[in-house]
Amino acid sequence: MSTRTDKIDALSEQAARGDDAGVSLAAAAWRRLRRNPVFLVGSTIVLLFVVLAILSPFLAPHDPAVPMLGDQVVRARNQIPPVQEGHPLGGDQVGRDLLSRVLIGSQQTLLVGVLATLIGLAGGLVLGTLAGAMGGWVDTVVMRAVDVMLSIPGLLLAVSIGALFARPNQYTVILAVAVVQIPVFARLLRGSMLAQRHSDHVLAARALGVRQRSIVFRHMLPNSLGPVIVQATLVLAIAIIEAAALSFLGLGNPDDRLPEWGQMLGQAQNVIDSHPQLAFWPAGCIIVVALGFTLMGESLREALDPKSRR
Amino acid sequence: MALLEVRDLSVVFQRRGERPFTAVDGVSFDVEPGQTVGLVGESGCGKSVTSLAIMGLLAKRGVKISGSAKFDGTELLSLSDRQMRDRRGRDLGMVFQDPLSSLNPVVSIGLQVTEVLERHRDMSRKQASVEAAELLEKVGIPDPKRRLSEYPHQLSGGMRQRALIAIALACRPRLLIADEPTTALDVTIQAQILALLADLVRDTETALIMITHDLGVVAGLCDEVNVLYAGRVVERAGRHDLFRVPRHPYTHGLLASIPRLDAPRGERLSPIKGSVSDNIPWTTGCAFAPRCPNALDTCVQVTPAMEPDPVVAGPRLLRCHNPVEPATAAEQEIMS
Repeated sequence: MSTRTDKIDALSEQAARGDDAGVSLAAAAWRRLRRNPVFLVGSTIVLLFVVLAILSPFLAPHDPAVPMLGDQVVRARNQIPPVQEGHPLGGDQVGRDLLSRVLIGSQQTLLVGVLATLIGLAGGLVLGTLAGAMGGWVDTVVMRAVDVMLSIPGLLLAVSIGALFARPNQYTVILAVAVVQIPVFARLLRGSMLAQRHSDHVLAARALGVRQRSIVFRHMLPNSLGPVIVQATLVLAIAIIEAAALSFLGLGNPDDRLPEWGQMLGQAQNVIDSHPQLAFWPAGCIIVVALGFTLMGESLREALDPKSRR
Repeated sequence: MALLEVRDLSVVFQRRGERPFTAVDGVSFDVEPGQTVGLVGESGCGKSVTSLAIMGLLAKRGVKISGSAKFDGTELLSLSDRQMRDRRGRDLGMVFQDPLSSLNPVVSIGLQVTEVLERHRDMSRKQASVEAAELLEKVGIPDPKRRLSEYPHQLSGGMRQRALIAIALACRPRLLIADEPTTALDVTIQAQILALLADLVRDTETALIMITHDLGVVAGLCDEVNVLYAGRVVERAGRHDLFRVPRHPYTHGLLASIPRLDAPRGERLSPIKGSVSDNIPWTTGCAFAPRCPNALDTCVQVTPAMEPDPVVAGPRLLRCHNPVEPATAAEQEIMS
């Protein structure tokens, strides 16, 4: 090739780079995200709670399992330890330090949320890839099963699964919440896999005799993951709320020495008239964390959605 | 024996509850090693379906393929999926229309080239990436080592098409099918890509099937041209013969509808009236008859057969009851 055509190529290449300055899709999305106040608020909240959960053993002023204010509890008169020196939020129904319980509770809540989302994501990836890549009767069978699961309201399904276990604990909660999310991920992935299957670059790969395995895992799957990742951040919020709901309904860990927000909320409902603060703090935390994940997920979806680009 | 012998190839799309649609109807042609054969026609005339059928890339369900496509003596249409997959990319290469959407957006150019090399030429990753850089250099991509680690969206349109050609040629296929390889490119790049294809075909003795609606591309590249209409070949001729003396009214119309630089200003283009959808089925006559300026009564009653041209000499075939007279064709050439 002559140097002249090289120059032409270089020029046209510059033009092609103009709009996105030679950055990858992820980098372009990150640039949009960085300036998005919604994302900043959401990620700040999430980051704050993650740091809190990690540092909570050091931050908590007292052991959340020891009823050190037990002598102030008078069950007959419905008396619960008030706010006092060393206990900025007071105590709970059995005299344990409320602040410590809320702080340590963040660990359980985040753990449940993240694990449930990861398990749901893994299950959804397997089913969605199977359905999207194989098509035919595999697709039909998987998707009908998914439809059945989707036709049952999420929380109801989670409660039913949670109730299956004779001895509920935090892991049965995680499992129950995760299973509910599997069909959502599976359906989403299958949809974008199907779109990929008929895309030009998959046809081009087939025209090169590329093996089915690498067409699925190298050409179809990576291109289909975008919406699934976004859904995962949104599911984090849902998982936290659903896990809290299960604990609230008594399907969570019965051992209340390890605090969990949903469980604290459930125990607080007996005294909500006289001591609303027992419900206020864990409920507020659940709301704020869920909001943080939702804001983060929504702004991520917007940033990765090619249609919303200006 | 020809490298590729297509005989009576038909493709029928059949959906439950719908009338079957014949996209390709008894197409026959040969491709010799090193020869460039053009398939020309409007959108929807069956060019791409023909090539996809030869490559075995059409869906299995709802598609009926009949006839024969022999590659080097092997019947491609009866090969198993696995055998066909082994041949695709190694013996048969294909270049697609839109270079951006034909490249995987999340995989680097390098990996897309080496993938084929590892698959068909049993190269190690290291060997493959050395070979990949050489390939990119051969198709005129400057600084190939850097390009290998880049992604499709970082390349210009021309570069992308070069990269696609490099990938298609990676395993030195003996037959390359180029499906409108220049349609998505601007004219200067088109010329470069065509020159590149011509060079590569000449240097490596690769046979090339050029699918296009652009007669300019045909004029520049093809040895033999098949003009398709509604799934059938209506005229076959060498490129010079075809341009000098178009005989089928459809070919004639295609040539007349191209704007020319040397035509007087203000002269109106003469388009072919109607659209491909104004067809009558081939079974009841000539499909082009409703749009044909030369149509006779016979044209809607008797289906014309593919026969040697009765008037003009040369190795050419024609499917027409009332072809354009060579004289008038020549006259119009002079007039326009």
